[in-house]
Amino acid sequence: MKTKLTVNGRTHEVDADADTPLLWVLRDHLGLTGTKYGCGIARCGACTVHVDGRAVRSCRQELQTVAATAKITTIETLDQNARGKALQEAWIEHSVPQCGYCQSGFLMAATSLLERTPNPTDAQIDTAISNLCRCGTYPRMHAAIRSAARRLTTSEAP
Amino acid sequence: MSSNIRTPMDAAVNATTLTPNGEKPVTEVATQPSRRAFLTTGGTALVLGFVVPRLARAEGLANGIMTPEAASAAGVQLNAFVSIDTAGKVTLMSHRSEMGQGAYSVVPQILAEELEVDIATIAIVVAEGDPQKYGSQLTGGSSTVRGGITQLLKTGATARDMLVRAAATRWNVAPDTCKARLGQVTHTASGRTLGYGALVEDAAKLTPNKDVALKDRKDWTLIGKPIPRADTPLKVNGSARFGIDVRIPGMLFAVVERSPRFVGKVKSFDATKALLVPGVKHVVKTERDVFGKMREGVAVVATSTWAAIKGRRALVVEWDNTGIPEVSSASLTAALKTSLSSKPLNAKTKGDVAAALGATPAVDAIYETPYQAHACMEPINCTAHVTDTAAEIWGPVQAPDWNRGHLAGALKLPMEKVKVNMTFLGGGFGRKAFTDFPLEAALVSRAVKAPVQVVWTREDDLSVGPFRPGAIYHLRGALKDGKISAIEATMAAQNLMEQEPGDTPKKPNDNVTEGLAETYLEMVPNYQFGDVPLVSPVPVMWWRSVYSSTNSFAYESFLDEMARAAKMDPIAFRRQHFDSPRLHALVDKLESVSGWKDRKAGTGYGMSLTYCFSSWAAHVVKVSKAGTGIRIDKVWTVLDCGVAVNPDVIRQQVEGSIVMALGAAVTHEVTFAMGSAVKKNFDTYQLPRLRDIPPIEVHIMENGEPAGGVGEPGLPGLTPALTNAIYDLTGSRIRKLPFDLAKV
Ligand code: FES
Ligand code: FES
Repeated sequence: MKTKLTVNGRTHEVDADADTPLLWVLRDHLGLTGTKYGCGIARCGACTVHVDGRAVRSCRQELQTVAATAKITTIETLDQNARGKALQEAWIEHSVPQCGYCQSGFLMAATSLLERTPNPTDAQIDTAISNLCRCGTYPRMHAAIRSAARRLTTSEAP
Repeated sequence: MSSNIRTPMDAAVNATTLTPNGEKPVTEVATQPSRRAFLTTGGTALVLGFVVPRLARAEGLANGIMTPEAASAAGVQLNAFVSIDTAGKVTLMSHRSEMGQGAYSVVPQILAEELEVDIATIAIVVAEGDPQKYGSQLTGGSSTVRGGITQLLKTGATARDMLVRAAATRWNVAPDTCKARLGQVTHTASGRTLGYGALVEDAAKLTPNKDVALKDRKDWTLIGKPIPRADTPLKVNGSARFGIDVRIPGMLFAVVERSPRFVGKVKSFDATKALLVPGVKHVVKTERDVFGKMREGVAVVATSTWAAIKGRRALVVEWDNTGIPEVSSASLTAALKTSLSSKPLNAKTKGDVAAALGATPAVDAIYETPYQAHACMEPINCTAHVTDTAAEIWGPVQAPDWNRGHLAGALKLPMEKVKVNMTFLGGGFGRKAFTDFPLEAALVSRAVKAPVQVVWTREDDLSVGPFRPGAIYHLRGALKDGKISAIEATMAAQNLMEQEPGDTPKKPNDNVTEGLAETYLEMVPNYQFGDVPLVSPVPVMWWRSVYSSTNSFAYESFLDEMARAAKMDPIAFRRQHFDSPRLHALVDKLESVSGWKDRKAGTGYGMSLTYCFSSWAAHVVKVSKAGTGIRIDKVWTVLDCGVAVNPDVIRQQVEGSIVMALGAAVTHEVTFAMGSAVKKNFDTYQLPRLRDIPPIEVHIMENGEPAGGVGEPGLPGLTPALTNAIYDLTGSRIRKLPFDLAKV
């Protein structure tokens, strides 16, 4: 089945079964391997992407449920989003990643959190981000998210 | 973002798009800069490598560090470890894998210290598997730094010395009047300088000096600094290429249905329905070698991972499970418990334990730990391309040299026809040192005559194994004048070396004391440490911190119980059993940073002290009541790993170890029913999440002791410190893992 899909600002025609999860379309059909497979059951968040600005676990988003008009963003272009870029910088500054495998998902989830809640408290971060990291990089994430949020709110101030 | 790290994949294919039918052949992957490559690209280069110490000894070479010319004259293999081209660009070969531990940063950091170059200018090239060139390439046993530091310092110093001598000759001055710094040599008196690039041609003609003096520790400018990791930028934008991200023209994707009973044989399979799934191309029987025994499976090979997964759902396999004992969690626990009453194989004994214990030991307790899965966030996977005459794999492997040997043997190919390319590892924890999964991918590729990526689903990853063995311990102890007078310890567990039905382990398992501070063996007059090995079809292997991960729960809980029986403070009690100023300094630090002496009512404090891979770790955990359960308020950890190369990377590793230990203590375990591991995913094998993590404060002892391990030593002591804290608060002793913090 041929489906039109807009990913990172480019429209692709994808030949995949209607029930193919968006995750595998991105990874195997479009070669966008920054989005990761971790569980396939929407539990780990490694596959998080943005669909129209909302964080979505792409392993449970079938191709046929993605609206033809949907705009999909993946980690590969996260730096074009001011919040995403600020988070990437904060991640580097706080040396968050270890193996790095889960980090795309965390950054996508954190970006979407800052869109909704520009200055989240630690408790709000804990509730909003339920991704998994086996290397245990969690202890640095609150500080990294808060420093990105700070930078964004001060730079956005008139 | 640009980076100085080049992995085999970057050189192989630019994988922004996957072409279903490859125009380019695979194989030519530039990972190893030959001297010729430098000559043709960057002009004459200074190349220095070291001959694997074992070979250097065999050849009677006093100093293993040499130039390619000298190596070929001596007829030995050199690894072109460091090269500097005429533009002054430094390239470092990384023969270890990067699995989260910061290898690509701490290794250049050590090299740059003696080579006197700006660390940011060092490019990393990931080496392929080649034991002749690199010796052991296993990334395990927390060995990246502790195994390599001396060689790295010496190699850097030797190269720097050659460059200084080349400059001195050019200026006709004495070498000791010149200084190297940040990639250039300066003649101090005249102020003349020359960059390394301008000197490499002359330097390459010199003979390396033996035993170039190394810097004094107080003069280090890089070692000991929290230099940012070079791989971080690649890991925040999705560009770090892991094994599962390998894309090769013409490749297919596969998943494998493996024997649920671990060693079952494929009796028959019906692929009719699987082959009807669009995209499925082949269904083939395959196998992988675990501890010398073949484990069978049936691979569904398709044009995408999803098609393969769907095809597998439609596949019907009938297994022959003849003669395989039907294990369950209950039967394994019962067998382990029964074992405890048989006579152990004694690994370490001293004095007269029976007499010292008497009829009523001060403590007599049984501690239970479960089987665990590694659950690397990047599931097991490997990409292979095998033809009749050659094999190449790309994958997240911890021991590329082992893979190369294993593949050559199993595929009956000469070693030089087997190429092993390491990618980034999305976690390893010991699992990816095992060579079964690359072999499985290679066999599938050979069968379907195409490059194939085999991906283990998360359910496969959590149910196929090998697992960390569950272990049960019986500990008894006696006290005299408030000190330990006897310890009797018996471990019942599968022995990693001889674990299966048919094995008859007769050798005591020396690792029964792993994790326990040797000091107790010195100070305690009577002891007996032994094990009763269990054989079972459940495959087991090392898991981050290996035996310490279970041993330390038993020993450090036991020592806490002994302290309580002696009516002493747990730290004061332990202090009586060591003299070492190094250990006292560690415990002093722990006591002061954790506020151990100012504990408040309504809080529980527990501690532990463990020794693992040549490093000491001491933890304090603070808990308080929360609803019907327990909340962890804080964790303090003090690590003594000797020379601390990069404190920030060390902190990361300790934080990660604590989180991993926490999950194994309170949330997840592998269970068995009807002969198989119960199928789990992250809904039933729950890892800790952001909200579950207490504040963690890590301190590193500053001393010049030899470098110890960093990736694992923080793990074993967390759990007993936690359960000891819970006892301190509630008076209830947890002797079985995992337990539910909400229901303590
Ligand atoms: S892979 Fe989608 S949530 Fe885990
Ligand atoms: S950094 Fe390795 S899983 Fe998160």
